[in-house]
Amino acid sequence: MKYLDEYRDPKIARALVERIRSTTKRTWTIMELCGGQTHGIMKFGLDAALEGVVELVHGPGCPVCVTPAEAIDRAIAIARTPGTIICSFGDMLRVPGTSENLFHARADGGDVRVVYSPLDAVATARKTPNREVVFFAVGFETTSPAAAAALLEAERLALDNFSLIVSHVRVPPAIEAILDAPGNRVQAFLAAGHVCTVTGEAEYLPIVASRHVPIVITGFEPVDLLEGIARCVEQLEKGESRLENQYARSVRPEGNPAALRAIARVFEVVDYAWRGIGVIPQSGMRIRPAFRRFDAFERFPTTSAESSSESSSPCRSGEVLSGRIKPHECEAFGSTCTPDHPLGAPMVSAEGACSAHYRYRRVINKESLLCSTK
Amino acid sequence: MFNEMNFTCPPPPGYKGKVQMGHGGGGRMSRKLIRELFIREFKSASLMEEHDGSIVTVDGVRLAFCTDGHVVSPPFFPGGDIGSLAVHGTVNDLAACGARPIAMSSAFVIEEGFPIADLERIVRSMAAAAEHAGVEIVTGDTKVVEHGKGDGVFITTSGIGVIEHEPAPTPRNVKPGDRVVISGPIARHGLAILSIRDNLMFESDLVSDSAPLWDLVSRVYAAGIKPRCMRDPTRGGLAAALSEIAELSATSITLDDRAIPLAEAAKNACEFLGLDPLFIANEGLMLFFVAADDETLLLETLRSHPRGTQAAAIGRVDSGDAGILFVEAEPGGRRAIDIPAGEELPRIC
Repeated sequence: MKYLDEYRDPKIARALVERIRSTTKRTWTIMELCGGQTHGIMKFGLDAALEGVVELVHGPGCPVCVTPAEAIDRAIAIARTPGTIICSFGDMLRVPGTSENLFHARADGGDVRVVYSPLDAVATARKTPNREVVFFAVGFETTSPAAAAALLEAERLALDNFSLIVSHVRVPPAIEAILDAPGNRVQAFLAAGHVCTVTGEAEYLPIVASRHVPIVITGFEPVDLLEGIARCVEQLEKGESRLENQYARSVRPEGNPAALRAIARVFEVVDYAWRGIGVIPQSGMRIRPAFRRFDAFERFPTTSAESSSESSSPCRSGEVLSGRIKPHECEAFGSTCTPDHPLGAPMVSAEGACSAHYRYRRVINKESLLCSTK
Repeated sequence: MFNEMNFTCPPPPGYKGKVQMGHGGGGRMSRKLIRELFIREFKSASLMEEHDGSIVTVDGVRLAFCTDGHVVSPPFFPGGDIGSLAVHGTVNDLAACGARPIAMSSAFVIEEGFPIADLERIVRSMAAAAEHAGVEIVTGDTKVVEHGKGDGVFITTSGIGVIEHEPAPTPRNVKPGDRVVISGPIARHGLAILSIRDNLMFESDLVSDSAPLWDLVSRVYAAGIKPRCMRDPTRGGLAAALSEIAELSATSITLDDRAIPLAEAAKNACEFLGLDPLFIANEGLMLFFVAADDETLLLETLRSHPRGTQAAAIGRVDSGDAGILFVEAEPGGRRAIDIPAGEELPRIC
């Protein structure tokens, strides 16, 4: 498949591993921001191939992982309200709130549906005028334009039975929070290619300038990831800090202006409490007052969720999400916490770091073809 | 959670005593429900074999017996319908037991209001499929439920077949050193269904592989090959079938990713939808486990049959790491495959 096979070419991958190994004179710590990149790194054994020269630290880029338990609890409460239909992406339905997930609400009789696009939820609202249809909108700048487009479409159709629970988050404030945290070890970032396809480069330039940290916008296939890492390492070795774009086949410097306009029209930036991490200033999105009638929390103000207290859980997902520990360093990993009985969101989500480690590292990969080039 | 010594009143599996869609997904939740409820309570030795069907001996005659419920949605899909699928599902389970299909039953649960024309189309298709597969539908049952209490039509079929070659294939016969062969390209059935689901319509020329397989299997026996085990990798796909066999035979299985036949259209659809073709259902494929010496003859035999032209050797059985399925890919090397817990794609068969 064009644009795919060449980015999985083992010969090119091996050459990049060699390039990184011959460039580095010390071990560098690089964070991949996106959960999709984490899974690519684990699946293709890139961390093992670069052992000793690059330590890859997993970032907070799993949107469903950082969605607060309170938002999920409120979504569950709405799903249990007669006459409602809750729609979201598949992963969001599996992630536990304080104690339950949306699939549990479905087993209890709630109408909970998996959609691939927020516009499908609008179509459902149109087809079922007697039901309240709520889209649970999560994700970084990759998915927020689609949620904005869905709201604008609902407005155009004058639907009065469609609303959104908005838990959208922004990447750049998270990078700053990681860099400014005491004891930070991260020396360079692989920025998420899909996010930057929407946002472009502008928001990353001030971070590179003020924090003197290399950021390379990077894709998701093994050759993409290795090239992004190589470019980070080359900057680090020379003491440089620039923004580079490895994923130029998708990311333009200006991003996607139409998508950015839709986001700006519908949402305003607010402080946001990331699950397991805490409040990061200016890192979340809220529906603007002019569109408040589409805000599910306004439409269902009385649905009280059960109070949440996660402090007693042995789950250390916050430390995993901020790159302070690796999943296997959590005592619960693989013992009391598995994909069948997850204690935290990163074990459930297809983009979660714990699920990546569980899927690909339960049996240690001793035979990585890339390792053999050492 | 379950103590084998305690048969009195263990909590039922699942969330707060309620069945979830994942319990029917063919993954770990399904397996847990089957083992910790059905096998535990029915206590049948042949059920414990966890094969596609069971083998029973009557006055020295060895028979295979199997049953299969079909709830596919929508009932008509590219390459088949719920009627032909219900026939193929059962004759293929018999074929996986090494049994020539003899007779079948069919039980219909129909929702009030279901169009008679559609029912007629389904039954005609079933009759044609049975004739093509060389099996007679000899008994049946019809029930109707109120509108809203079913979803169109559900069909359960059971089948009886005669085992003509011993030893009969079973997962527990699989040994280190054995080779794994698949009869054709994977993931076609699941993707064909997905392509016409109303929330996910995508343009593709993908067609279900739904087909009867006894003719193919009988040719393998005629060539003098006795497979140690066969399995039709339906729900949960190749990965679920192989990981179950690895578990039951206490071996590990390693697949060569590059050798697994996969049509370009299926590969593209999987990339686009973010799905792994190893987990997607097939309805016209057979997995064979054979001694290494039989591999070449098996491939030649399969490729001489219209259903097996793209047959391929895809993996090997090893000792050690019992119960684990690996895939070898480039770049990346060898990695373990974890089968999904619950539902990936519900109601695919």
